[in-house]
Amino acid sequence: MRVLLDKLTKIFPNRNKKAGGEVVAVDHFCFEIPDGELVGLLGPSGCGKSTALFMICGLQKPTEGKIFFGEQDVTGLPPEERGVGIVFQNYALYPHLSVLQNITFPLENLKGADKLTKEQMKEKAYEAAKLVQIEELMERKPNELSGGQQQRVAIARALVKRPKVLLLDEPLSNLDARLRLQTREEIRRIQQETGITTIFVTHDQEEAMSITDRIVVMKDGKVHQIGKPQEVYDDPVDLFVAKFLGTPPINIFDGRVKSGRLIIGEEEVLDVKGAGDRDVTIGIRPEGFILDEKGALSCNLSRVEVMGRDVSVISTHENCQGGTLRSIIQAENKVDLSKKKVRFSLKKNKVFLFDKESGERI
Amino acid sequence: MEKDQYKGWLYLLPAALFLAVFLVYPLVDVFVYSTEEGYNFASQTSFGTGLYNFSYVLHDPYFLQAVKNTFIMVVITVPLSTGIALLISVGLCSIEPLRKLFQTVYFLPYVTNTLAVGLVFMVLFKKTAYSDGLVNLLINAFGGESVDFIDGPHAAKMFVMCLYIIWVVMPFKILLLTSAISSVNPNYYNAARVDGTSPFRIFYKITLPMISPTLFYLIITGFIGAFKEYSNAVALFGTDLNAAGMNTIVGYVYDMLYGDSGGYPSYASAAAIILFTIVLTITYLNLTISKKHTYY
Repeated sequence: MRVLLDKLTKIFPNRNKKAGGEVVAVDHFCFEIPDGELVGLLGPSGCGKSTALFMICGLQKPTEGKIFFGEQDVTGLPPEERGVGIVFQNYALYPHLSVLQNITFPLENLKGADKLTKEQMKEKAYEAAKLVQIEELMERKPNELSGGQQQRVAIARALVKRPKVLLLDEPLSNLDARLRLQTREEIRRIQQETGITTIFVTHDQEEAMSITDRIVVMKDGKVHQIGKPQEVYDDPVDLFVAKFLGTPPINIFDGRVKSGRLIIGEEEVLDVKGAGDRDVTIGIRPEGFILDEKGALSCNLSRVEVMGRDVSVISTHENCQGGTLRSIIQAENKVDLSKKKVRFSLKKNKVFLFDKESGERI
Repeated sequence: MEKDQYKGWLYLLPAALFLAVFLVYPLVDVFVYSTEEGYNFASQTSFGTGLYNFSYVLHDPYFLQAVKNTFIMVVITVPLSTGIALLISVGLCSIEPLRKLFQTVYFLPYVTNTLAVGLVFMVLFKKTAYSDGLVNLLINAFGGESVDFIDGPHAAKMFVMCLYIIWVVMPFKILLLTSAISSVNPNYYNAARVDGTSPFRIFYKITLPMISPTLFYLIITGFIGAFKEYSNAVALFGTDLNAAGMNTIVGYVYDMLYGDSGGYPSYASAAAIILFTIVLTITYLNLTISKKHTYY
């Protein structure tokens, strides 16, 4: 099912009535999700991504704008008529019901012609349980399950009615690091097996990058960038997106452009033809540094962290925001620790220039 | 470890001493009194031990009347007050404006003095030389005959009594139930809404199981409280409850000790033990049932 969001806006009145004013949680969100894609809404906490999800779900009414599922305008429809399944951050499994009862709960609400017999319900529940691989746990209560298992039950419950759109609100945030890795693969597998259009909300960029077809980077209710994960990473539209994506994070420098040359401190580090003379903020990805004795950028070497496959060189530079910069280089390159200075040349496609005031990409 | 244990006991000692003197000793004493036949309070002597006291109490028509009254009160007031409190709490939790105001209004009876409330009930129900009471005025307005609620037929008196008890015990129940209902994680309701669950089913399948621990707590303490009913009867019908035919078991115990015909601690103790047995049995039944129906 294709999902189309048209200028979707949600405004909350300010909680503190005396202060007055209002909070714009989601601001003119326009986005089309093609059928069968896995889309990640990504942003720092409080950026409105969950609100956007709840509007798509129907639990919150948009202040403005429209939502389409396929050709149908569902903006005014209550959640149960939209054909969505949702997994909440804390799973919201009913603690007094067994796993089987939890999964059949949505089916028991069906009325009229859709009404199922007990056998049919059980069959469907087992079908969904099989998909998420929890068939052996059907008689347990939620508090007898691990976090990862609860997560699967929640997904099974969301899938049992065969929704047109599956919504996941921070599905991995309650899991430990190892389980998170495993579960995100699991979500990807389930999504691809069922082919259900899936939207999931996360503040973890790695999570979003690793499994989604497309990510939406949001901040303060505004969409900053939409695109394939790699595209967004390689070509951020502004400083926020560049900073938000990537681990280790991007290194930010203050510098300036003078007659087609990019200057950090006193050193000319790169040719940047076409950019006018101005002060700029420079973002350099950690992998954008090449260890080079004749390199243009010289930094004070602090230490080296060996990761096995590659090496992190931690050094300081007075024009670097935060003081220290982290570069990742191949392990074959030996760093001479006896020297106080280390020199790098830069990969041009890993260096981004941003307007100093607006943070827009130049 | 051993030493720590002694320390623990040492810390418990003041409370344990206090409990031993004021709770355990009287409790044991009640058992002893109840088996001492022909106990004389003044001379502190008795003829011997046996079960005569129980036999006397169980054959005393006043006691039987008190047991009957108490059971009627329990059977009527516990389900009704809990049920109505549940309805009101659900209502309170589903309204947004004026919720605080209504909560305060419903809680007022709890902070009001029992006797003051009794006075209000007198205005409503008591027949005086000048008026038959507000309720009778209403009955008359609809063409009915005046009923003497305070000195009239037993059923009328029982009606007022139960109404009064329900009114007094409800605020506390509403308070606990509203807090229990509002502490249910709203995500459960959201999940249920997305699945298209009807409001009745949400209440029956989600709210009720979620608040069942509080509900059972209220039912159990409600039973115990209703079996110990006394002061409310006094507030309505005065101290001579036997004459009014509205005595309760606790009232009977009190009368046996200090009433006009009192001075029989053995009979009082026997009655108290019988009450204790009844309450213990009912509470045990309650706990057994509640264990089956609460989810943890």
